[in-house]
Amino acid sequence: MMPSRAVEAFARRHRYHPLEALPWLAAVASYFVFPDYLALGAQVLATILFALSADLVLGYAGIVTLGHAAFFGTGAYIAGILAAHGWGEPITGLFAGAAMAALLGFLSGLVVLRTTGLALLMQTLVIATMVAEAANKASFVTGGDDGLQGMAVWPIFGLFRFDLFGHTSYFYCLTVLFLCWLAARYIVHSPFGRSLTGIRENVRRMHAIGAPVARRRLVIYTISAALAGISGALIAQTTQFVSLSFLSLERSGTVLIMLIIGGVGRLYGAFVGVPLYMVAQNRFSEIDPVYWYFWIGLLMVLVVIFARGGVLGFFDRFRR
Amino acid sequence: MNTAALETRGLHKSFGALTVANAVDFRLEHGARHALIGPNGAGKTTFVELVTGALRPGAGQIRLDGADITNLPQAARVKRGLVRTFQITSLFRRLSVLENVTLAVCERQGIGGGLFRPAGHHRAAIEEAHSLLERLGLEDDSLRPVNMLAYGRQRLIEIAVSLALSPKVLLLDEPAAGVPSSESGTIIEVIERLPPDIALLIIEHDMDLVFRLAQRITVLVQGNVLVEGPPDLIAADPEVRRVYLGERVPT
Repeated sequence: MMPSRAVEAFARRHRYHPLEALPWLAAVASYFVFPDYLALGAQVLATILFALSADLVLGYAGIVTLGHAAFFGTGAYIAGILAAHGWGEPITGLFAGAAMAALLGFLSGLVVLRTTGLALLMQTLVIATMVAEAANKASFVTGGDDGLQGMAVWPIFGLFRFDLFGHTSYFYCLTVLFLCWLAARYIVHSPFGRSLTGIRENVRRMHAIGAPVARRRLVIYTISAALAGISGALIAQTTQFVSLSFLSLERSGTVLIMLIIGGVGRLYGAFVGVPLYMVAQNRFSEIDPVYWYFWIGLLMVLVVIFARGGVLGFFDRFRR
Repeated sequence: MNTAALETRGLHKSFGALTVANAVDFRLEHGARHALIGPNGAGKTTFVELVTGALRPGAGQIRLDGADITNLPQAARVKRGLVRTFQITSLFRRLSVLENVTLAVCERQGIGGGLFRPAGHHRAAIEEAHSLLERLGLEDDSLRPVNMLAYGRQRLIEIAVSLALSPKVLLLDEPAAGVPSSESGTIIEVIERLPPDIALLIIEHDMDLVFRLAQRITVLVQGNVLVEGPPDLIAADPEVRRVYLGERVPT
């Protein structure tokens, strides 16, 4: 039998599209075009990873969370505390942050994922608040309100020292983001990832075709927590500072806003929304230090009115 | 006594004061073509939900090919070949027809949770899904999203997805519901051509369809089995005519 056209098209869907090179070209180009903004650039890259992790649970599995900062902050504090207590090796710091965040994701997921919708949203909020309060009370290790002081991060592989201008930070964040993006892309296109889309689209049907829905949700929640942890650890290592704001509700909310601006459930929304938001925030706060939040708000309103589905969703309309 | 494909004993369920399944004893033989009928609110869909595990019974036992499945989760029952379709089409509406069926094939083959290979590399699963669509005459629509198709076609995809799970027992919940009569013929033909080793339970309102397909009929009224028997006996039963077919029988 000739393999049909439909089967071929379906089997090729995970292959790379030339457009997918665009964010990476832009990131490398930005390094040369904006040499004075590398520190900001590194923050943007690390935050893209945070938004990407949120996209996996929100955009793919349909798990609405307001507590993702718990994992981000856990990764940051683990990497930070290690570096402040004599272990400044960055790569192992990332892994340690990822592992603790994943553990927290797994354990809290066992509880919160039993529910859906608003109840789930509230429980993610509760978990994040509890983690933030724990970090506040444990000021002897976290530094509490003052933030974590005295981090000393060693050179990467013993070779690349973190410099004042952010050259190392920029490429460190870019490399880690790229590797994590590869992993996320692989997950999304795997049968597991497709089944997550199924869960988002119609959970009743997923049960009826015999999918272990609860287990799938727990797995992606744990993976996403690990990626969020890596993102937090990146920011901790490159800024050499961690504060309680890393665990705050505002952090959880802002990452969702950035993701929504870019577009949810498409793996690239983070790459558009995060730079847009963070650059806008940076510019607005310079131009108008008092009312910059107003302009951010205006940007949000425009997106919600004119670009449902985010910036990428807006461009989709012209494709059809 | 030989084992039935599906059997319930004393199956009971109530929501508060409302009893929707009252000690239902039911047998579905291997390869049966069996219909479950009853007026609105008789508990037909509840019975399907109980049997498939979407609802927990208050009391009673469910056996699949002799094995007690009363406490198994829904997914485990599907793995054992107990599959249902939905009265109101329940598909992945924004995904393509082929993907709808492929997801089901992947779950049956146990590769649905695989992380380490792209879905597109599971050629066998995709091809199986596609040949199933060909069998049902749906191959031209395979790359279109489900919500672009006419409702009658969607009903067929509902059946295609269930067949992708290699059912031993298939519960068809009003397979022709909401479909214009001009298109219901195709659905009946598809059901007639289903492999004879699948035990079929058809929950239906459409009497033409029931009498055309079923070799045995169970009538359910207010959670109770009123009567069970071959179609001609059911059609002639005065009690059935009174409560279900809405006929006033002179006494």
